[in-house]
Amino acid sequence: MSGFDPKKQAANIVVWLLLIAVPLWLPAVGGYIELGSRVVVLGLAALALNFLLGYTGVLSFGHAAYFGLGAYGVGMMIRYLVPSTGLGIVFGTLVGTVAAALIGPLIVRLRGVYFAMVTIAFGQVFYFIAFRWNSVTGGDDGLTGWTRQPLHFGFATVDILHKPNAFYYLVLALFALAAAVMAYLLRSPFGRTLLAIRENERRARFLGIPVDRHIWISWVISCGFVSLAGTLYALLNNFVDPRALYWTQSGDFVIMAVLGGMRSFWGPLIGAAIYVVLQDYLSSETANWQSFIGLFFVLVVLFFPRGVLGILRRKAAS
Amino acid sequence: MTLLQVENVSKRFGSLVAVNEVSMTVEPGELRAVIGPNGAGKTTFFNLISGFAEPTSGRIVFDGEDVTKLLPARRVWRGIARTFQITEVFPELSVFENLLIAVEIASGFRLRVRLKAEEVAKVRARTNELLDMGRLADKAGRLVGELSHGDQRATEIMMALALNPRLLLLDEPTAGMGDQETYDITQLIRKLHKEHKLTMVLIEHDMRVVFHLADRIMVLAEGSLLAEGTPEQIAANEAVQAAYLGKAAA
Repeated sequence: MSGFDPKKQAANIVVWLLLIAVPLWLPAVGGYIELGSRVVVLGLAALALNFLLGYTGVLSFGHAAYFGLGAYGVGMMIRYLVPSTGLGIVFGTLVGTVAAALIGPLIVRLRGVYFAMVTIAFGQVFYFIAFRWNSVTGGDDGLTGWTRQPLHFGFATVDILHKPNAFYYLVLALFALAAAVMAYLLRSPFGRTLLAIRENERRARFLGIPVDRHIWISWVISCGFVSLAGTLYALLNNFVDPRALYWTQSGDFVIMAVLGGMRSFWGPLIGAAIYVVLQDYLSSETANWQSFIGLFFVLVVLFFPRGVLGILRRKAAS
Repeated sequence: MTLLQVENVSKRFGSLVAVNEVSMTVEPGELRAVIGPNGAGKTTFFNLISGFAEPTSGRIVFDGEDVTKLLPARRVWRGIARTFQITEVFPELSVFENLLIAVEIASGFRLRVRLKAEEVAKVRARTNELLDMGRLADKAGRLVGELSHGDQRATEIMMALALNPRLLLLDEPTAGMGDQETYDITQLIRKLHKEHKLTMVLIEHDMRVVFHLADRIMVLAEGSLLAEGTPEQIAANEAVQAAYLGKAAA
């Protein structure tokens, strides 16, 4: 928080170098670039969830709602309104953020499991709307008939549809922006009030923090970045279906954050990488891949409650 | 002018009357002690003043303003700070961060995402000042959760002081402490009283501390006001002796 911590900076540099060099090393270890994009997109969602979970101490099981709103937002913008990837991303992110801002006041007074349950309930509302409203959302079949559009920069046009590397770097650029904003906020006086709430709500209140209001702000920021991740997820697949809004998707974000380590900034990204790679590998071997991820999750929680990064950190400390 | 005026407050939990028609007037600069046997309603009385609970009836006026229905954070903004019987700090943050957060909030920076260099310098200077005052400077980098009970308590008191309160409520500041720690905290409270003219109300079980520090003492028993007066008057009061001895005999 203060001064220059060489260990932390080293970790940051390693993470960024690895992310920037993904197109170079990922194919060499048997991966493919879309897998990298998927890790970064879901990593962004997990990082955003962790802004609320790990740094404010509030567990949401409904983040898929805003992830899905972002996804449908970008899809509908391109399909029905303006075929522009950029506008779609902005629109999808806004839709998700505004929805979170409106729902927030109804839930921020709740705590613990009650908060989590009500976030699920609101999430399921959006799920059923997407599921039922066939004529607009495509219902159970999902929203099809659109693809991500080339990016126009005035001086150049980038085809992100047929060039997976170009799309990866679009995803990475937005990920970097979001991660930088979140990291910056967490180091600010406002960010420290969130840590205060996580650490001890009673003390936070008696220092004069209007706790509910601060949780609302944290919730909106968290959901906003999850919506952004949702837009990228839809663009990655050129497709959205109601599963992006389903509560199990919210659960996946929580699993990623906890798996990687919710007390470290990069933990959720590591968790997302483990989750996506395991899923990619296991789902080609067995239809019951989720059982294995579940087993892995239980083992990590039982033996390494601070997540995978927590293990590495303890090793480094000893 | 009176700083705090508590008028006939009661707090009922179902059929239990935890605080029964208690009134209290605290003048600026006064150090008031609230004593009484276990279960006398002292902490509940504190909770009513600080806004942790709302009275069933009665009125609380702080600096001329009725604060009976205000939320805790709003009472803090008006200058009422408190500590708790069970220390409430941020255990997984360092002592420095604990105090820094309090100072930043007191400076009105709780929603700021960026501070100017001179604001950072000011906040740090104030934080260091509080670290020194609480004799915590050599532990500034340690996590509060790892500190001794006494140092955690000192951190909590310093956090409350960081808010520049006009009224500080201390709920059993020396509970569970050794002799040396009790002495240190007592010296700190005395210093705040004598040098900073801070108005304080404290609940305390350690009678040496109470009679050593307080200007006036208020005695609660079974939720009701039993006696009020100077330490000498209270020491001589037969009803108070009976309440304490009666408890000791039971």
